[in-house]
Amino acid sequence: MPDYQWPDVEHRTLIGKRISRLDSPDKVSGQARYTYDIKRPDMLFGKMLRSPYAHCKVVSIDTSAAEKMPGVKAIEIVQKPGSTIHWAGDEVVGVAAVDEPTAEDAVRAIQVKYQKLSHLVLDHEPPQGAAETQGPISWDDIGDMFDNQVPERQIISQLQEYGISFKPTEDELKEAKEEGAPDSVIEAIRKAPQHPEATGKTKSNYQKAATQTQGDVDKAFSEAEAVSEGLYGAPVITHCCMESHGSTSEWTDPDHLLVHMSTQNVSGIAGQMAEPLKIPAANIRVHQDHVGGGFGSKFGPDRWGIVTAKLSKSAGGKPVRLMLERDSELRVAGARPSAYARVKVGARKDGTLLAWQSQSWGTGGPGGGGMPPIPYCFAVPNQKKEHTAIRNNIGPARAWRAPNHPQAAVLTMCALEDLAAKLNMDPYEFFLKNIELTRLPNVYRDEFPIAAELMGWKEKWRPRGQSISGHTARGVGLSLHTWGGRGHGSDCDLSIHPDGSVDIKMGTQDIGTGTRTCIAVVAADALGLPVDQIKLYIGDTLYPPSGGSGGSTTPGGVSSSTRRAVVDARDAVFAKVAPALNAQPAELEARDGTVRVQSDHSRSLSWKEACSKIGATPITCHGHNDQAAGKNKPDLTNSGVGGVQMAEVEVDTETGIITMKKMVAVQDCGLVIDVKMAESSVLGALIMGISYSLYEEKVMDQATGRMLNADMEFYRLAGLSDIPELSVHMMTGKGYDERGVIGLGEPPVVSCGAAISNAVANALGVRVPFLPLTPDKVLAALSQTSAKKAGA
Amino acid sequence: MRDDESIHIDSNEIMEDRSGVSRRDFLKISTIAAAVPVVASPRTVMAAGQEVPLQGPGKVPMEFSVNGKGYKASLEPRVTLLDALRDSLDITGAKRVCDKGECGACTVLLDNKAVYACSILAIEAQGKKITTVESLMQDGKLNPLQQAFVENDGSQCGFCTPGFVVACKALLDQHPDPSPEDVRRGLSGNYCRCGTYDGIRKAVAQVARKGA
Repeated sequence: MPDYQWPDVEHRTLIGKRISRLDSPDKVSGQARYTYDIKRPDMLFGKMLRSPYAHCKVVSIDTSAAEKMPGVKAIEIVQKPGSTIHWAGDEVVGVAAVDEPTAEDAVRAIQVKYQKLSHLVLDHEPPQGAAETQGPISWDDIGDMFDNQVPERQIISQLQEYGISFKPTEDELKEAKEEGAPDSVIEAIRKAPQHPEATGKTKSNYQKAATQTQGDVDKAFSEAEAVSEGLYGAPVITHCCMESHGSTSEWTDPDHLLVHMSTQNVSGIAGQMAEPLKIPAANIRVHQDHVGGGFGSKFGPDRWGIVTAKLSKSAGGKPVRLMLERDSELRVAGARPSAYARVKVGARKDGTLLAWQSQSWGTGGPGGGGMPPIPYCFAVPNQKKEHTAIRNNIGPARAWRAPNHPQAAVLTMCALEDLAAKLNMDPYEFFLKNIELTRLPNVYRDEFPIAAELMGWKEKWRPRGQSISGHTARGVGLSLHTWGGRGHGSDCDLSIHPDGSVDIKMGTQDIGTGTRTCIAVVAADALGLPVDQIKLYIGDTLYPPSGGSGGSTTPGGVSSSTRRAVVDARDAVFAKVAPALNAQPAELEARDGTVRVQSDHSRSLSWKEACSKIGATPITCHGHNDQAAGKNKPDLTNSGVGGVQMAEVEVDTETGIITMKKMVAVQDCGLVIDVKMAESSVLGALIMGISYSLYEEKVMDQATGRMLNADMEFYRLAGLSDIPELSVHMMTGKGYDERGVIGLGEPPVVSCGAAISNAVANALGVRVPFLPLTPDKVLAALSQTSAKKAGA
Repeated sequence: MRDDESIHIDSNEIMEDRSGVSRRDFLKISTIAAAVPVVASPRTVMAAGQEVPLQGPGKVPMEFSVNGKGYKASLEPRVTLLDALRDSLDITGAKRVCDKGECGACTVLLDNKAVYACSILAIEAQGKKITTVESLMQDGKLNPLQQAFVENDGSQCGFCTPGFVVACKALLDQHPDPSPEDVRRGLSGNYCRCGTYDGIRKAVAQVARKGA
C-alpha cells in the first residue's frame, strides 16, 4: 500500500512553509490572460437588452430596425413575449455585432413593450401580519426556482407538497425540458396534484418558511436571570467581482463549441450548457486561465452564457464575446440574501446560556430563501425560531462567500454580546463560559487567548460606553465562526518525464486563492524538487475533472488528488532507480533534487539522472479524491474549522463615521499547505469583511424597482485607506496538522460583521442594529439613546 | 451639438495642471490628428479663434505611442483609450471593470501621469506617451516594484493588480519615500475585491525603503 498519508513535520520540504504565489509574476506584469482579455479572430461583440422594470410581462419585441443595421450579425430573443420578468435588468434580447459601439446602437434600436406589474424590492421592515404559507406552484415559480439554483430534490419535494396551479400541456413540458429542466422535475410536475383554481391568485410576498422549537423556551426564559432583546440584520449585498461575468463562445464546427468563460467551475460548465444547446457535453470545450473573482457567483454558464453560444451559432459560428457591463454585474449577477431578526436571549447570572427566541426574515429574491443557521455556533439548549421568507424583485440570490454564515453570525453574536453587556460581563469571558455549546470547544479555547494577546483585549476592553473622550468613542468586539471545508471530488494526471520534468493536468481553476501554488507545493514536496519545477495545466475540460471552487472545497480536493498521484509516480520512479543504487525501492527517498538511499546519502542520483532510468515513455499516474469521504483510504481531507476574530474601532459621535483601528483573526484549517497563501486568504477576508460591515448594500428604490447604486462609486467597497493594522494567526502543529487539509476561503469572512458591530456597540454603549454601519445609522442609534435619556 | 455650430471656449476655463486631458490639450491633439490623412474630408469648426477639424462619427485613422512603440488603428472617435488598447491593439494589461472612472483597474500613464484609460478618448491620447503595465518588465525580469508585489502577495485574483502596479509606480515616481498619508492618497483611486491592500501596502513600503 503506497504511503499516501501527509508527511510528518520532519519529512516535509515545502508543505507548511511560506511559498510565494506561483502566478504572481504573470499577474503583476499584465501577462495573465483573463476571459475578458480573450480576443479571437473575427470576434463579434455581444450586448444584452435588459428589462427596465422590476416586475413586468414582455408584450412585444420588434428587432426589425436593429436587424437592418450594418454590422449587426445576430439577434437572439431571450425572453419571448408573454414571459414574466422578476427583476430590473433581466435579459430580454441578445445582440452580436462587429464591434461594441455597433452592438450598443443595435440594442437601442430594439423596441420592446412591457406590461408593468406591481413590485416589491424592499426587505428591511418586518413582515406585517401573518405570513401566508406557500400555495400551489405556478410555471413562473418553477422558473424562479431554477433561476435561483434551488436544488433539484427541493423543487421536487415542493411540487409534491404544494401541487401546481396549472394543467401542464405536453408542449409546455417539452419546452421546460428544452430549457434545461431535468427529467426528474418534469416527472414531478406530471405527478403533482393540480389546483387550477389557484391560477392568477396573487400570492403574498411573505412566506412562512420555518418554525422550529427545541426544549422548553418559556420555562427557560422564566429561569433566566438576564434577558436581552434586540434587532439585528445584514442587507442584500452584491458580489461585485472585478472581472464581470461573461464568456466568449465559438462553434469550431456545427457540432463543437469552444467556450472561454469567467468561472469558478471549469469542469462543471459543459454539462450545464449541453441541454440548452442540444449537443453532447463532450462536444463542449471550456477553457479559462485566470478568473477575476467569483466569491460564489460564477458556478453556472448563466442565461447570458447560453445566449452567447446561440448568438455565435446564428452568426455562422464566429466567436462572440459577451461580458456584463458593471451596472448589470451589480444588478443581476449575484446578490447575498439578507437576514434580519428580533432576537431574545436569556442566561443565568454566571453567563450560562439558557434560551433563544427569534423572529427572522430576509430575502433571496424571487425565491424567498431560507433561515440562516441561528443561533450560530452555540447550541442554546432551549430555542424557538420563526422565519419569514420575502419573495421580492430585488434580483436573484447567489452563494456569497460562506453562504448564510456571516448573516447568522451577525444575528447571533450581536445578540449574545448585548446579553453579555446586560450581565456586565466581558464578552470574552461570556463566550468562553458557553464554549462547550459549540462543536469545536478545544479549537476555540486554543484560539481565544492568542486572539486576545494579538489584540491587547485585556488592556483595551472596558464596559460599554466607557471609552468616550470628547466626541471620540473607542471599542472592541469579538465573534467566532465555523465552516465545513471538506475537499471536493478531484482527478488529476501527473507525469514524470525521462528528462526529469514533471507536469500535472487537472480541470480545476485558481480563483485567486492560490490553487496553482497549492497543487505545485504538494507535488514538489513529495519529489524533493523546487516548486517552480512542476508544470501545471489547469482550467480546461481537456484535463481530468475537478470540482467547482465553492464552499472552501478546493484545497482539500486538489491536494488530495495530487498527493495520491505524486506518491504513485514517485514510487514508480523509485522502482526503476532502485537497482542502479543497489537498494530496495522502499529504502529510497526524493530530497533536495536527488533520489537517494535514506540511510546512506552518498548512494544518490540527481533527479535528472534518476528520471533517465524511466525509459522512453513518461510515467503517468492518476490521482483521485472522492467526493464521498468514506471512499478515500486514507482520507487526506477533513471537515470543520473554527476561527475567532476581534475588531477595534473608533467612532466619531458627531459625524457617525467609524474608523477601523485594528483587526485580528485566528484561524484553523487543518494542515496548512502554504502559510503565505493561507494568511493572504484570511487578510483578504478581513478586508472584504470590513467592506460589507461598513459600506456595502444593494440599495433599492421602491418607486422604480431599480438598484440605485449599480456602480462602484455608490456601491462602495473598502479602499486601501479604510484598512487598519491587520493581524493574522494560523493554527498549526499538533491537534491541527493531523486532521488533513481543510478549505479556508469562506470561514475568515464570517465573523467580521459581528465583531465590528460588537466593537461599535462597545464604543457607543448602544447597538447599531443593521449592517452596513454607515454614519446615518450610527447617528440614528445615538439619537435614540439620547432621546431615551432625555425622556427619563 | 449640431455639426454647423461653432465651439466657444473661454480661455479662463482652461485648466493646466490636472491629470487627464485639458480642453486645450484636446484641441492640440485634434490638430495633430488632422495632420494624418483623414479618409472622409474633415469638416471644421471655429474654436478659440482657430479652425478645428471635426472627427467622426465614422472611423478615423489614429496613431498611438504605447510603451515606446508606434501603433495605427482606425477607430470611431467615441472609442476610449482603454478599449482601443484592449480590443484594437491587444494590449490587455489594463482591465475594464467599472468603465467610468471609479475603480482604477484601467490605470495607465499618459505622459508619465497616472490616468484612467476608460475615461479618456483614444483620439485624445494621440501624440502622448502611453505607458501600460506591460512595459515595466525589463529583459523579461520583473522590476523591483513588481518583485515586491510578488514577495508581499499583493495580488489574489489579480484583476485589479495591473492598475494597482501602475498606480504604485506613479506614486513612487512622485514620492520616492512616501509618507503613510501619501500612500493613502496616492492609492485611493484603486479598488480591490479580494482584499490585497495589506500586501500592496507592504510592497510599496519595501520598495520605498530600498529605492526603486
